[in-house]
Amino acid sequence: MMAIAELKNVTKHFGDRMVLDNVTLQIEEGEIVALLGPNGSGKTTLLKTLAFLLEPDTGEVFFQGERVTKANSELVRMQSSMVFQKTLLFSTTVFNNVAYGLKIRKRPKTEIDNEVRKALKLVKLEGFEKRSTGKLSGGEQRRVALARALVLKTKLLLLDEPAANLDPKNTSILEEVILTLNRELKTTIVLATHNMLEAKTLPHRIALISNGKIAEIGSSTDIFGKLSRNLASFAAVENTFGGTASLTEEGTTTVDIGEGVRIEMAARSQGEVSVFVSPQDIIISKKPFESSARNVLRGRITQILDLGSLVKLTVDIGKLFTAQITKRSFVEMGLNLDAEVFIAFKASSVQSV
Amino acid sequence: MNPILEGIVRALQLIFSGDPTVYGILFRSLLFSGVATILAVLWAMPIAILLGLKDFPGKSIIKGFFTAMIGLPTVALGIFLWLMLYRAGPLGFLGLLYTPGAIILGEALLVTPLIVSIATTAIETVDPEMMNLAKTLGASESQASTAVLKEAINGIIFSNVAGFNRAIAELGVALMVGGNLAGFTDVLTTDISAFNARADFATAIALATILLLIVLCINLIIVIARNPKVLLPLGKMPQ
Repeated sequence: MMAIAELKNVTKHFGDRMVLDNVTLQIEEGEIVALLGPNGSGKTTLLKTLAFLLEPDTGEVFFQGERVTKANSELVRMQSSMVFQKTLLFSTTVFNNVAYGLKIRKRPKTEIDNEVRKALKLVKLEGFEKRSTGKLSGGEQRRVALARALVLKTKLLLLDEPAANLDPKNTSILEEVILTLNRELKTTIVLATHNMLEAKTLPHRIALISNGKIAEIGSSTDIFGKLSRNLASFAAVENTFGGTASLTEEGTTTVDIGEGVRIEMAARSQGEVSVFVSPQDIIISKKPFESSARNVLRGRITQILDLGSLVKLTVDIGKLFTAQITKRSFVEMGLNLDAEVFIAFKASSVQSV
Repeated sequence: MNPILEGIVRALQLIFSGDPTVYGILFRSLLFSGVATILAVLWAMPIAILLGLKDFPGKSIIKGFFTAMIGLPTVALGIFLWLMLYRAGPLGFLGLLYTPGAIILGEALLVTPLIVSIATTAIETVDPEMMNLAKTLGASESQASTAVLKEAINGIIFSNVAGFNRAIAELGVALMVGGNLAGFTDVLTTDISAFNARADFATAIALATILLLIVLCINLIIVIARNPKVLLPLGKMPQ
């Protein structure tokens, strides 16, 4: 396999802060690579460097074996495109947004019409051409941004947190599109994420990023298979905890994740483990209740994030857990900041990663 | 009759009788402030684009200067220009004093800080990632700048309209370097002041009414041209 993009000993500072610390990374043609790491670990800067939008302070960037410099970066950028974490759309119609890059490339009008229609179909926004972008939902806007990049059929596609804070429906559309592109057009995809499950299902290879360094890189099965020390220290990643597992008499596993918090997990495991609980799997209640959920823990709401139809709550039970519930439940339960709540989840919802 | 009412009645008479003197004054007001605004836009926009898109040392000082100059009193600029343009002044050889050229130049200078400041703010308000976004979609440096300017277009148009409004409504510059020469350099504001001084309140009020109507009409036309949908509620009114 040939490397499509390569970073060699790249460092980057913003002011005094070192954001990339001697990063060397090869992206092979046709693969999906996930950059997994907490917020502020340097994922976005790494992607922007790969998109040739940022020049490194030291080190070299290559595209298809050719060194990228200021002189040829405009040309090289024609063959890669990046979708930013924050959805930015031109304040015009959906069509004009998706057609932007094709117009820059001076493609004939019939081809542009055709390609835009196909791209919108792929992201399940057929017939949205004439809509103005201001009137779309957050998920739809995200899909327009993705269509605008993928319509260019660039060899390299860089996605910054493509599914962050999206509802499950939009997330699955995005994941499907990513896989289709990779399979059918052989598009090389690098995506940044702090979501464990996303990193587990999509990519061929995973690079763990922390403090501007690649802490570990390997195949998806490698990284998740062995109980990586790095993974355990990735507690900043949503609902991921490192801990010590021990078997119980009933054949389940108890994991002590520190601060006196013990959670039960269905899979059998012993020793050092990293566990993950999907925010969708966590139930919030105001009183303790009898149920089949093996894990019921008391805590306080420390953060509320409104995602439109969904609400993300951070609950402090000694450790910080993130739960995702519908806006309707949130309103009906009359939850607010600092309220005492119980979180509950099944032992089978706890995944050893 | 009350001078205000009398003035309004007279204004209507003057407008509908097609009085050549009044239409001459109106024409000059529109022409001088229109040309002055176009001239100001020609040099203010490149400055605004530079300030809005690029970072360089001293940028905030330049921005601060233009913001402060928005409040420049028109008579202060008028007296300064008069001193530059009068026969023995450094630019006296141009022979511009008491000509339309002097008014146009003065009004263009007057509205430049306003246009620069508003347009710069409009450009700066666009998300800084917009530049990167256009680039990653294949845009060159100048194409990416164009994309940013397009996002700021409402603010930019507003800056030009605000410039025109200040130009047509100002008195100090037109009076001091134009001289209010009847049929040559007199404009609505200078004539309002002159008729008032002559205690011909009715004509002064009439001209003021015309000035007000003109400013309202022009701004209304611009609003409608930008977004024809503002007219929609009118169609829904009960017949």
